[in-house]
Amino acid sequence: MADVITYRDAVADGIAREMRRDPSVVCIGEDIGAAGGVFKTTVGLLDEFGPERVRDTPISEQAIVGAAMGAAMTGVRPIAEIMFSDFLACCWDYLANEIPKVRYMTGGQVTVPLVIRTANGGGLGFGAQHSQAVENWAFAVPGLKIAAPSTPADVVGLMAAAVRSDDPVVFFEHKGLFASKGEPAPPDHVLEFGQAGIVREGTDVTVVALASTVATALAAADRLAEKDISAEVIDLRCLIPLDVRTVLTSLERTSRLVVVEENPYQGGWGGTLVSIVADEGFDLLDAPVKRIAGACVPLPFADALEDRVIPTADAIVDQIRTLVAY
Amino acid sequence: MTEASVRRVESLGASELLALYEQMCLIRRTEQAAHDLFMSGMVKGTTHLAAGHEAIAVGASAALRPDDYVFATYRGHHHAIARGATPEECLAELMSKATGLCRGKGGSMHLTKASTGMLGSYAIVGSHLPMATGAAWSARLRKTEQVAVAFFGDGATNIGAFHEALNLAAVWRLPVLFVCENNFYMEYTPIAEVTAVPNPAADRAAAHGLPGIVIDGNDVAEVHDTVARAAAQARSGDGPTVIEARTYRHFGHSRTDPAKYRPADEVERWMARDPLSVARQRLESLGVSADELQQADAHAAGVVEAAVDAAKNAPEADPAEAFTDVWADGGSTWRT
Repeated sequence: MADVITYRDAVADGIAREMRRDPSVVCIGEDIGAAGGVFKTTVGLLDEFGPERVRDTPISEQAIVGAAMGAAMTGVRPIAEIMFSDFLACCWDYLANEIPKVRYMTGGQVTVPLVIRTANGGGLGFGAQHSQAVENWAFAVPGLKIAAPSTPADVVGLMAAAVRSDDPVVFFEHKGLFASKGEPAPPDHVLEFGQAGIVREGTDVTVVALASTVATALAAADRLAEKDISAEVIDLRCLIPLDVRTVLTSLERTSRLVVVEENPYQGGWGGTLVSIVADEGFDLLDAPVKRIAGACVPLPFADALEDRVIPTADAIVDQIRTLVAY
Repeated sequence: MTEASVRRVESLGASELLALYEQMCLIRRTEQAAHDLFMSGMVKGTTHLAAGHEAIAVGASAALRPDDYVFATYRGHHHAIARGATPEECLAELMSKATGLCRGKGGSMHLTKASTGMLGSYAIVGSHLPMATGAAWSARLRKTEQVAVAFFGDGATNIGAFHEALNLAAVWRLPVLFVCENNFYMEYTPIAEVTAVPNPAADRAAAHGLPGIVIDGNDVAEVHDTVARAAAQARSGDGPTVIEARTYRHFGHSRTDPAKYRPADEVERWMARDPLSVARQRLESLGVSADELQQADAHAAGVVEAAVDAAKNAPEADPAEAFTDVWADGGSTWRT
């Protein structure tokens, strides 16, 4: 086993492990077969599993997700790829009206064991229509489970949980993390959905992060340690189920909360999280809660502009220094 | 693509046709009951009645295998009943009762009977065509030789999902049938005013490399034979067919819409071609007596009358149901 694996290769590894285990798992999406995916996240799947189980589609997001839904309702476990998460808007009917509602509105007559994978987030200079962090879009719809891994091993563990789930899962792979490396997942690695990880222990402040912002938060925590400020960093891993318990338990130790989100501040998932903390954890707090999130503008192209609107370690350090002095 | 392409094959015998006639009577009487219950305030929200469309659901269903899949629209009562839902289950759902098909969570627009392959009624126009395509893909992956059928209105032919589904189904040669119930009105607007081709579904089929057939949707025998042929073709791997079945609504688009936008002479012409009358004529020509026809309708009437009574007397939907069935574990928990 290699010492390290990229996040990109972990995606293909995670899918392949599930396809080997369960013959009803199939993949569908644009350029996922011979091309191996535009982000090379499905390399090797066509060779190993063949064209019936790894199907290229036309550029038809509604057909991809709608067909995956119909297949999921009838005994298959599809993994559908929407190439860039921005394109979820092209098939949003299925994510907003169909997939999350069909079980409920039929009184539990059908299940939809479906994974929708998508490359999410900014930092690569793709401009306003290929860079958005849209995890909050899915977070606004009851009936979808949401995973957003930050490490290669978590990609594999959450993919296994997503594919095995009888509920629909939106699986956000972060574009900015594809080249990042980490320990490979051990054999049979399955994470529990809705179980956050404490990725760095600390006593002065709790920093809650997701996907790309985990590394940003850890970088900030390193710098704060030099100034004798001890930050605890929580990787939520999933937005639904939302692991509020781990956050509240951490606040019992730290009494200060910073939430770091890449999606826009307006309508971002952190708003829901801090509202729960304000409601159920008010007595735990010794300082105001702070949200560091994407700016409320479309994602700009130039590095100098994009750097201004995505959360940075500098912003986290500044915010926490103020908070600790409160 | 024209009337000339329609072949009339009378494969149904008198007893089979009589059974289909009784099913059509059952649907007609259920729709009339739904209308009356709505007008008396016992059905809330909205209803989109399918009176006039019965031959399409009944003829198609009779041509399918019991394990085939059907996907319908918010005007879907006829498909639920044609695929085995009882009038009582349907009316109880409309009346917000615990005994309803969806236990009060769906209502008129979402009647579903998954246990008999009726995989739902969808109220976002066109959304279920890709789903039926996916169910057909699933059937092929599982090698079950099942067919999936999407029933939709003429209005759905101008939405993107229609074209995305037809293309994918065609290029993968999937066992799926696309059956358009062309009642000539997209809600309140004549479909001809908003569509550049005369046959909104069938004329688009060629663009996707598919056969498109226009048939008399008020003739249950013609619907049956057309669907039987197309299903056999799909099952044997020869791909999808677009069937455009011409029909007419007896009621307005929804609720209390009196449909005054339809010219009186047009309504009169279509009412004279009511699918029940067409079936009666066929049955009479096959030697079925007036008595037998009367008995079939009387039997249907009795079933619906009992269904109305049972639905009225059923318990209201359980408020606790609001928090069940979001997830496959039966619950709705979204956080720790």
